[in-house]
Order: sequence, then C-alpha cells, then structure tokens
Amino acid sequence: MIDSSWVLGRLSWDAIPFQEPILLWTFVAVACGGVGVLGAITYFRLWSVLWRDWVTSIDHKKIGIMYIVLGLVMLLRGFADAVMMRLQQSMAFGGSLGFLPPHHYDQVFTAHGVIMIFFVAMPLVTGLMNYVVPLQIGARDVAFPFLNNFSFWMTTFGAGLVMISLFVGEFARTGWLAYPPLSGIAASPDVGVDYYIWSLQIAGVGTLLSGINLIATIIKMRAPGMSLMKMPVFTWTALCTNVLIVAAFPVLTAVLALLSLDRYVGTSFFTNDLGGNAMMYVNLIWIWGHPEVYILVLPAFGVFSEVVSTFSGKRLFGYASMVYATVVITILSYLVWLHHFFTMGSGASVNSFFGITTMIISIPTGAKMFNWLFTMYRGRIRFELPMLWTLGFMITFVIGGMTGVLLAVPPADFVLHNSLFLVAHFHNVIIGGVLFGMLAGITYWFPKAFGYRLDPFWGKLSFWFWQIGFFFAFMPLYVLGLMGVTRRLSHFEDPSLQIWFQIAAFGAALIALGILSFIVQLVVSYVRREALRDLTGDPWDGRTLEWSTSSPPPAYNFAFTPRVHDNDTWADMKRNNYRRPQEGFIRIHMPKNTGAGFVIAALCAACGFALIWHMWLPAAVFFVAVLAATIIHTFNYDREFYVPADQVAQVERARTR
Amino acid sequence: MGAAAPTVAAMSRLPKFVRLPLVLGPTALFAGCNTILLHPAGAVASEQGHLIVVATLLMLLVIIPVIALTVLFAWRYRKSNTRATYTPDWDHSTQLELVIWAAPLLIIIALGAVTWISTHTLDPYRPLHRGTVGSKISGDVKSLTDVKPITVEVVALDWKWLFIYPDQGIAVVNDLAAPVDVPITFKITASSVMNSFFIPALAGQIYAMPGMQTELHAVINRSGDFDGFSANYSGAGFSDMRFKFHGLSAAGFDSWVQSAKASGQSLDREGYLQLEQPSQRDPVRRYASVAPDLFDSIVERTVTGNNVAPAATRD
Repeated sequence: MIDSSWVLGRLSWDAIPFQEPILLWTFVAVACGGVGVLGAITYFRLWSVLWRDWVTSIDHKKIGIMYIVLGLVMLLRGFADAVMMRLQQSMAFGGSLGFLPPHHYDQVFTAHGVIMIFFVAMPLVTGLMNYVVPLQIGARDVAFPFLNNFSFWMTTFGAGLVMISLFVGEFARTGWLAYPPLSGIAASPDVGVDYYIWSLQIAGVGTLLSGINLIATIIKMRAPGMSLMKMPVFTWTALCTNVLIVAAFPVLTAVLALLSLDRYVGTSFFTNDLGGNAMMYVNLIWIWGHPEVYILVLPAFGVFSEVVSTFSGKRLFGYASMVYATVVITILSYLVWLHHFFTMGSGASVNSFFGITTMIISIPTGAKMFNWLFTMYRGRIRFELPMLWTLGFMITFVIGGMTGVLLAVPPADFVLHNSLFLVAHFHNVIIGGVLFGMLAGITYWFPKAFGYRLDPFWGKLSFWFWQIGFFFAFMPLYVLGLMGVTRRLSHFEDPSLQIWFQIAAFGAALIALGILSFIVQLVVSYVRREALRDLTGDPWDGRTLEWSTSSPPPAYNFAFTPRVHDNDTWADMKRNNYRRPQEGFIRIHMPKNTGAGFVIAALCAACGFALIWHMWLPAAVFFVAVLAATIIHTFNYDREFYVPADQVAQVERARTR
Repeated sequence: MGAAAPTVAAMSRLPKFVRLPLVLGPTALFAGCNTILLHPAGAVASEQGHLIVVATLLMLLVIIPVIALTVLFAWRYRKSNTRATYTPDWDHSTQLELVIWAAPLLIIIALGAVTWISTHTLDPYRPLHRGTVGSKISGDVKSLTDVKPITVEVVALDWKWLFIYPDQGIAVVNDLAAPVDVPITFKITASSVMNSFFIPALAGQIYAMPGMQTELHAVINRSGDFDGFSANYSGAGFSDMRFKFHGLSAAGFDSWVQSAKASGQSLDREGYLQLEQPSQRDPVRRYASVAPDLFDSIVERTVTGNNVAPAATRD
C-alpha cells in the first residue's frame, strides 16, 4: 500500500503562487522566453550541436565559458531582486507598506544574497579560472576533465533549484546565511529553507570538486621550467582560492547537513531546546563564510595583476611580495570569522583578537595595492577596457577596505553591525573588487576565447554606468547606516530617510543601464566581429602563455608543451624572437566527451527536489539512480582518443596562413 | 549645528589640526541629516561614534595617498605621454617594498592598540565607571559609582519587546524608559529566534538569543525620546519591531513607573505564554506586577502555566 503522499509529498497546486501577480507575470515572461529559446534551438537545428559540443564537453575552455554564461544569466536574476528591494525601500514610507509584503520581500533579499554569492560570483570566478589557468601554465586541459564537466553541471542544477523555487513553492525567508533558530523547522516549517539547503548542497559538491581539480592541475601540470615562483600571479591566486575552497566548503556542507538533520529527522544541533545551540551554526557558517569572501576576491586580485602589468607594458612590480601577500591572506582568512558576530556577547579579549587579526589582513592587501601602483609607475598605460575596470577597482576598493577595517574595530561594530553601513561596505568590496575584477577578466580574455575583441564604445559606457551607478547606489547607504538605519527592513517610519533611498534607487537604475550596455556590447561585438577580429592571438601584447596560442585556442591548447624560463613567459619568448614550430607534430592524447556528468547532476537535482517536497519514494528512486549512474560511468572505458599528427599539422598550418 | 556640539566636547582631547577637519568634515557632509551614530545622546554610543571618526582619520592617512597616486600615475604614465620615463623591466626595489609593507603595518599597529583598549573599556559586559565613560553628554559630570544602576530585563518576542524592571516590579511592552545619568544594566534574552537589541542614541547593539542571556551596560545623558528596534532580521513582523526609549528626569521616570503601576494589569506566567505568541505592531502595554523570576525562567526556557518556577532550574 503506497499512500500518494509518498510520491507527491507536500507538493500540491497550492505551491504555485497564482495569487501573486508579480510572480505570475514573471513566470509568463520566463515561460514565453524559454519557449522562444527552445523553439529557436529547434528551428536552427542546434540541439545536437548543443549536446555534442557544449553539454557533454570536457574541454576546460568550453566549461569555463559555460560557467561565465551561467554567472551572467544569474546576475540578471539577482539584479532583478536588487531592483525590487531598492524600489520597495524607496517607496515604503509613512503609512505605505510598498508593493512587496514581508512574505515576498523577505524571500527577495534572501534570494538576492544567495544568488549573487553562489550563482553569480562563484561561477564567474570558477569560469575564469577554468578557462585561463590551464592556458597560463601550458597544460592541455585540467587534471580531471570529466570531473570538471560534472562540477559545472552540479553548480548549474543547484542554480536551477533556486530558480524553480520562484514558481513552485517559495524560497527561504531567513537572510542569505539562514541562521537558526529562524531557519529551524519550528520557525520555518515550509519548503523555503529546504530549497536553500539542497541547492547549496548540490552546487557545493560542484565547487568542492572543481577546487580539487584545479589544485591538482596547478600542482601537477605546469609546463617544464615553470617553478611555483615563475607562475603567473592569476594562477597563484587561483591556487590559493582553490586551497581555500577545499578547506572551507566541507564546513558549509557539514553545517548544512546538521541543519538538514534538525529539520528532517528532529535532531537538536541548533534548536533552542534539548541542548542545541544556534551559535554553533553561526560559528560554523562563518568559518566557511569568511574564507568564501577571499575565495571570491583573490582571483579578482589575480586578474588585476595581469591587467595592470599588460596594459602598463611592464613587468609586475614586486612579484614575490604579491605572492606572499596572497598566501598570507589565504592563511589569515581562517582567523577572522568571529568578526561577523562581535555583538553576540563574546568577551573583550576574544573580540579584540578577532578585530586585530581582521585588520592585519589589510596589510598584505595594502601591499598589493601599492604593487599595482608601482607597476603603473614608469609604465606606458593603455586605457583599454580591462585597464579601466582595474583603475575603477583601485579607487573604489580602497574605500570599501577602509570601511571594512572600521567594522573590524569591535566597539565601532557594535553600532555599525547589521546596519546599512555594513551593507554598503560589502557591496563596496564585492562590486568594486570581485565584480569589477570579473568584468576586467571577461573583457581581457574575451578575444582569446572568441577570436574578436569586445566593442570598446559600449564597454566604456557600461563601465561608467557601473562606476557612477555604484557610488549613487551605495554612498547613501553609508550615510543611512550612520543615521542608525539597519538592514532587511521592508518599510520605514522616518520620512527624512526617504531621499537617501531614492538616490540609491537612482544608482540602481544607472547600474541597470550598465548591465544593459554590457549586453548590447556583447551583441554589437558579435555583429561587428569581422571588424574586431584578432588573428594574432595576442591582441593586447600580453605577457603570459595563454597569449601564445591562437584565438580561440585549439582543443588541445598547445601542439608542443612550452618551456618556461621567466615569469612573463610569453613576453620573454617574444623578446627572444620565438618562432612557432611549423612541422614535426605528433599525435595528441585527448579525453573524450561524455554525457555522464550532466545525467548524474540532473539526477542529483531531481533527488534534491524530491527531498525538498518530502516525496520520499521518488527521493529514494533518484538516490539509487545517482549511485547507479555513477557506477555505470565507471565501466565506460572509451574515454580517450588521439588527435592524429596530420590533423594537428592542419590546425597549426591554418593559423600560420 | 546644535547636534554637533557633543562631538566637539568628546574630541576636545585631540590636537587642533585634527579637530578642525573632524568637526567641519562631518558637519558639511551631513548637514541636515541626523547621523545619530556620530551625535548620540548616551556616553557609550558617544565613545563608539568617536572611535568611528578616529579610526577613519587614521586610515585616511593611507587611503588618500593611494587614491591620489592612482589618478596621478594613470595620468602621468598614459601611453600618449611619451616624455614620461618608461622602464619596462623595473620590477623590484627593496626600499620601496619595505615602505609599502611598513606603511599599512604602522597604521594597523596604531589602530590595533586603539582597538585593544577601546574593546576592553567599551565591553558591554563591563559595568560603567567614571574612568571609561563619564556623563559627558549633559556636561554634568558626576561619579557614576555613586549612583545605583537600574536593571532592565529585556525579552525579544515575536515581534515585540518585553521590558521587565525587577526592582520596580513592573513590566512594559514596546516602551522603555530610564532616568538621565543613571547607569542601566540590561539583561537580554529572546523567546524563539535571534534578534538584536539596539538603541543607536544610547549604545551599541547586543544580540537577544533564546536560551542565552547577554548583557549591556549603558547610560543616557540627555533627556528625549529615541528610537529602539531589533537590528537582526527575525521574520515576518521584524520591520515593525520598534519601540521608543525615553530619557527622563528622575521625577519623570517615577511618574513613568507609576503609569505602569496604575494599569492594574499583572503579567503572570500564563499571561506571558499568551504574550509570547507571534503578533505584529503591538500597542504599548503596561503591567503593574510581574511573576517572580519570570526572566530567569524565560532564559532557561521553563515557563509553564502553573505560575511556579521549577525548583530544578534555580541555582
């Protein structure tokens, strides 16, 4: 006898938000758009191309591009949430409660935070590392190409679960870190927190595996001659970031697993009663959460290092000091987590310790800033797009750094904690640091990936809209924070605050234009691709190995593994009149595409969905299916092939011509 | 301008060349908007606001040169300026590297010292005494050790605040008062989820957490009505979880207590269990008496309807 609730769990028609017009129209728009895209793919007969060349691809370059596409698509969703918050807060004054009731508004700010960190910043960072690192170290692919594909699809299906929560059920109403007891089963009995848990668990597996993969790649697959201290700085930051990922993400997995046990089987790790303690969750989640900040920003620092050196036409100033600064930040990032909750009643000595360790991080960060400055000093600076983003970063980020150190002073934090000053601070470092870094990286490596540059006019427009929009959107929040206004409020009483929220909303509108300009830039660049074409493979007069390949590089990256004698390998090769070999090619061993990663990740997402809705039978079936698919994949021995020597010769000749 | 006066008083220890921009800067920037954190009415918040200004100035010592150099170098070494020196292979200078590590280090040493001292003197668990925070705001400096502090037990409920005055034997929902220049000891807990007890004009916030008790010592030095609220998101009714905090004269405070006494209502354990149920935008409620040890029972999560504190929970 099987009850229907074993199959459907708590899913019913009530889960579909028919009564919420905003969601309903969003759904209609998304559905129409989706049908349009699917129709276009069918009409242009792209399904097999999509499956063969992208979905099943284990080429690190294609996976890198797919990660970045995922990050950009999710940026639109996360930004839509931001716009709703800015509108709500600029109109909900006096008696007005604005257009979002708390039930919806609380989901919006939670989703905004979760999406921006996990499904925008992380995919952009992972995507850039995936694309660039193997090319920079002269490798043919990452160490575990299949795992790479699987990691990508786990991340994507995690993002998919968050998107489904928009139309089936609801998302968490807990804030982006889902502190218990609020996220416990007593205060949040519905599916929102379960969507949160399972989307992050599934995406987290992807992140962890991709971390392992890139560490192995960087440690084991560098071209001969490339000692650690000859690695490009971006690769160094990627190494440190992935070490942080491997050390930090299991903590997130564990803490979410404990929360799941509390919610699903009634344990009491973080409950109020039976010996549970919610502060354990707060400690654990920040032991992951603070390194996470550096996971995001270190690769951005790496991008800026590459960009400053390239566009100043100079070697990077203080390479060794840059590397040590990165490593010091990596280590220190584990010693500061308590600064996120000075106000939870720790003693003065504990608070001082964590305050001071936090400030110490600003020393290597400051050293980095000076290193970039002195790289520009006595250079020949070209103000191409990546350099503009870098300069915008240098000016914006120091302000965010300053307010960050301020927040690290515990007595100051007692009044600034949870305030809009804090919100302004972390947007200042995440937009000014991570996002500007990713946009610098995307515009910098775009010609490498696609063989043509991005249109500079629309790019500059995007840059200025972002830069000015940022100041309009977040400087008022600093002021509001000093006025004692705290975060996550859906409406306000004091009418004198309204003007600041309106200025912030105007800033958000400017940022919207920045995003729009970026999209127009992509379209215009594609249309004008012949005019923007780069045949040299080295459009910026680059200094590292990726610029020695064709644009886009062949699937195997390098016909011959390069030999490295100097930090800026490609600059060194150019100076010594390097000639690309024209003959003597040999066959190249390559991994084969496989659909297994996609299938296993899809089954994991289905299992997660079933667990969210308490559909125990389907959950069990999908869980067994995940195991089965994994085992079946291990019996696939047809995993590699050789690119024949004459085909390599043909590809290389095509480039010479 | 009137609001800036206390800041000036608090900064009188600083040298003149620091004081001038300190006063003019914020005043010019925030003229017409009430930056309560920089111009609070309580000595603790005043010290904390002062610290924000000092730390900011210390850091500007390195931030301003960096921004200026960024703009300067970007302009001076632009590609079209062929007269500028170009040294493509210059990538190391030991002296320069010493300076770029030492400059932030020195500032952090200074700020670290400030942090260690201020974190201890402004520790919310530390009872106020004259050496740390005098009654600077009112200008009427008297020794705080001479005055008996008043105790307030704070309970964050879904989504309202319960304030119990054990010495006065009263309790009030969503309304808080204290006499000017009398130290206040807050004992803070919550019924179900985490909140944060925050009155920006008075002192920094501290979390209110179920099953745990936190503490805050503060003093209000100017009479007036100030905003208090939960600073940590706690669910659907969070945005309306606000109350007024009144800084009153001694006589004013007595009559405020009397208004509760006059209400005739009593908060027993049964009544608390009713009150604890989630509700939003609750009106001010006053109770003339409170069940004994109610606060301790809330912290220990042992409130039951039978009006007796379980013996096992008492120490």
